[in-house]
Amino acid sequence: MAINKEFESAKNWYINNYKEFSAGLNGLSKSFFTPLRENAIKDLGKLGFPTTKNEEWRYTNISPLLKNNFIPAAASREISLHFEDIKNKLFTGFEHHLLVFINGIFSEELSSVSNIPSGVIVDSFGKLLRNNPEVIEKYIDNFNNVQTAFDALNTAYTTDGLVVIVPDGKVIDKPVQALYLNGDDENNVLISPRNLVIVGKNSHASVVTVYEPGAEQKYFTNITTNIFVDENGNLDLYKIQNESEDSYHIEKVDAVQNKQSVFSHYNILFGGGLVRNDINTAMNDEFIETNYYGLYLGNNKQHIDNHTFVDHAMPNCVSNELYKGILDDKAHGVFNGKIMVRKDAQKTNAYQSNKTVLLSKEATIDTKPQLEIFADDVKCSHGATIGHLDDEAYFYIRSRGIPAELAKSILIRAFANDVVEKIKIDGLKEQINHLIFEHLHRIEI
Amino acid sequence: MSEDMKVVEDLTQSEYKWGFVTDIDADEAPKGLNEDIIRFISAKKNEPEWMTEWRLKAYRHWLKMVEPSWHNVKYPKVNFQDIKYYSAPKRKPQLESLDEVDPELLKTFEKLGIPLEEQKRLAGVAVDAVFDSVSVATTFKETLAEKGIIFCSISEAIRNHPDLVKKYLGSVVPYTDNFYAALNSAVFSDGSFVYIPNGVRCPMELSTYFRINAMDTGQFERTLIIAEDNSYVSYLEGCTAPMRDENQLHAAVVELVALDNAEIKYSTVQNWYPGDKNGKGGIYNFVTKRGACRGKSSKISWTQVETGSAITWKYPSCILQGDNSVGEFYSVAVTNNFQQADTGTKMVHIGKNTRSTIVSKGISAGRSNNSYRGLVKVLKGADGARNFSQCDSMLMGDKCGAHTFPYIEVDNDSAMVEHEATTSKVGEDQIFYLNQRGISTEDAVNLIVNGFCKEVFNELPMEFAVEAQKLLAISLEGSVG
Repeated sequence: MAINKEFESAKNWYINNYKEFSAGLNGLSKSFFTPLRENAIKDLGKLGFPTTKNEEWRYTNISPLLKNNFIPAAASREISLHFEDIKNKLFTGFEHHLLVFINGIFSEELSSVSNIPSGVIVDSFGKLLRNNPEVIEKYIDNFNNVQTAFDALNTAYTTDGLVVIVPDGKVIDKPVQALYLNGDDENNVLISPRNLVIVGKNSHASVVTVYEPGAEQKYFTNITTNIFVDENGNLDLYKIQNESEDSYHIEKVDAVQNKQSVFSHYNILFGGGLVRNDINTAMNDEFIETNYYGLYLGNNKQHIDNHTFVDHAMPNCVSNELYKGILDDKAHGVFNGKIMVRKDAQKTNAYQSNKTVLLSKEATIDTKPQLEIFADDVKCSHGATIGHLDDEAYFYIRSRGIPAELAKSILIRAFANDVVEKIKIDGLKEQINHLIFEHLHRIEI
Repeated sequence: MSEDMKVVEDLTQSEYKWGFVTDIDADEAPKGLNEDIIRFISAKKNEPEWMTEWRLKAYRHWLKMVEPSWHNVKYPKVNFQDIKYYSAPKRKPQLESLDEVDPELLKTFEKLGIPLEEQKRLAGVAVDAVFDSVSVATTFKETLAEKGIIFCSISEAIRNHPDLVKKYLGSVVPYTDNFYAALNSAVFSDGSFVYIPNGVRCPMELSTYFRINAMDTGQFERTLIIAEDNSYVSYLEGCTAPMRDENQLHAAVVELVALDNAEIKYSTVQNWYPGDKNGKGGIYNFVTKRGACRGKSSKISWTQVETGSAITWKYPSCILQGDNSVGEFYSVAVTNNFQQADTGTKMVHIGKNTRSTIVSKGISAGRSNNSYRGLVKVLKGADGARNFSQCDSMLMGDKCGAHTFPYIEVDNDSAMVEHEATTSKVGEDQIFYLNQRGISTEDAVNLIVNGFCKEVFNELPMEFAVEAQKLLAISLEGSVG
């Protein structure tokens, strides 16, 4: 009962704060998005925050998150940062268009988007909402999909985020990099980025989202990302999450794919105190390919929860999923991968694999790979393994005169490489490999 | 080959084979459930005071519990006040030999294919036949008694071996465990009790056949098996039930206790009435089965072939407490027409170097739904725990469903846990290959399905393996066109 009360009061906190927040929206308040916000607040009231009694949140207790009363990051706050301050947070090994968001709010001065093909939109959600709302209003159906309390919270409080719209038959030459610098020096802030990525027919885009800490205080990043990939479209979406270990990080990705499209999601997780990802893809037509790759490295008391869902509603589609985890200290990992094959989805091929290495006595993992299959002519499989580093492989490397720490590091990097090698941007791949190496060095395996 | 021919022969019978009602005056309790009914059951069985109290405690707890609603199983709610909780065939107080058994009863067993007389001589199987909740005949008792083995009905055990029962009953599945376990604890009518003393290897397969007979009688058996240090027992359980339209509730509880170096092998063939082709009728099979490997290097092995029941909800589990203990679970679950099966296992690793193996094969046909739901839990102290799970599903037809919900919770870094699951259909190329060799499609499917399940059938005692194969063929008949 005590828990329920706590959940109830957190819910009321966000509902009651909404009035003040919406009063400060100024120019934004007349946009098409405002009714969605108001509905979302009602939804939040109805849904409430999920407790561990909710099967989807069985292993993730969010009460530490709800104990904090986060204040929505203010749009008007002056931020005096220079490019030099953020340079070391960027992934620079490849050419890219850059958008920078401070506490989820677009910073024009720090961003650099140039020479994009005509018709392609790479911009800020907030800016578009103010100046050209019709551009995003077209995709209103994608916003109108509130399913969880956190989704509702984001819809109510979001003011900005990344928008990439690639019209039919266009290709963005360079990947788009969106850097989110999160956290405030004074307040515990709620950061609510709303990302929208639309890839038209026969188009291609590659997007890298990076979440980094920017200040000392605790903060809560609550992201909703809406994705639509039209016929023959191709989207690679990378997420590199390196938030502070005091922070809370929740993201929901909702993707919709049309005929023959390919969507690949790469989820590389280093940081965050309590992390939860929900990645959902709905297949609208035939011959669709969906790939999920994930790597999570946890230490100290990190809690990392990944929920993925592939909804095979139509025949002849393929999905691949590979999630690997390395957990040290008291880190707790959760994986829940669900593959649904509906009645009409004949000739479906669906593969899923989750492998976790536990490096310490107190690290734990709860994994739940799920198959729900209603069609008979399908090939589906899933696998999950949990273990420690292979003693024989370790012995082999040690017997060649390699010191203990390096030997372990080699084995772990080899384990992680199955995921890292899927990254298609060479410069990014290298830097991520480097980050893994640094991470292993830091945690003193 | 002759066995295969028999399978084919059985295939030609399409209706549920075991559907008949024996007309015996049943000694029944009125419908409904309250403390008086529980006292009535307890009094009927001449139970001591402590047992009545235990039942009442369970009942009072049950009243506080909420009926579970499961994610993947759909059925009309059971009205617990519309069930007769006790029904016993009328009989003389004590039976000396088979001649004294009601001839009607004997006939029923003959129809079931387990004539007691023959059974005595055959294969050394001692049968404790439970007919509508009360044991009517027990064979081979003397042979077993010589070794100090106790094999009797649970009510007899309550009267004659109260210390053992008091010590172990409810120690593996307490009445607080779940809704149906609480209900069972309150109203259980009968069941089997097995006690294997220190160092004894039970010389024969112990077996019992359950039958649900009288109209509207829920059957609530309670089985308790205790294997002392260094002992071994193999226990078989097989079930058939007559055709009936009302849904019947079956909520059994089985408890196994294995002490140091003991081994218990528990095999089940379950073929209760699955309902007709339109999903009408059929048994609700909500069973709690759990084994505790209390001793060092003890072993509990569950093997099950589930072909019957409208709804099966069953998770035979192993609590691996003793160091180096071993848990095994081999299962074939077949669903056809409108059957729903939600079955699997729980392996809880507590002791060091505990090992568990899970092999589950699910076959769904018609409009049925078949789910594997399992838990592998490795606790902090379970150094060197090892688990291997394999869950394969096969789909026949495009209206059925196969689902896998494995839960894996690991709190120890030295544990090795592997899980794999696949779903596929009977390969067209495989059928073509067999057709090409002059084997009809129906036989080809049988062959492939039997091959798919071989790993599990190999674990069954011989007589059961034969029966299981036949059951499988009958259950799936007509599902491939």
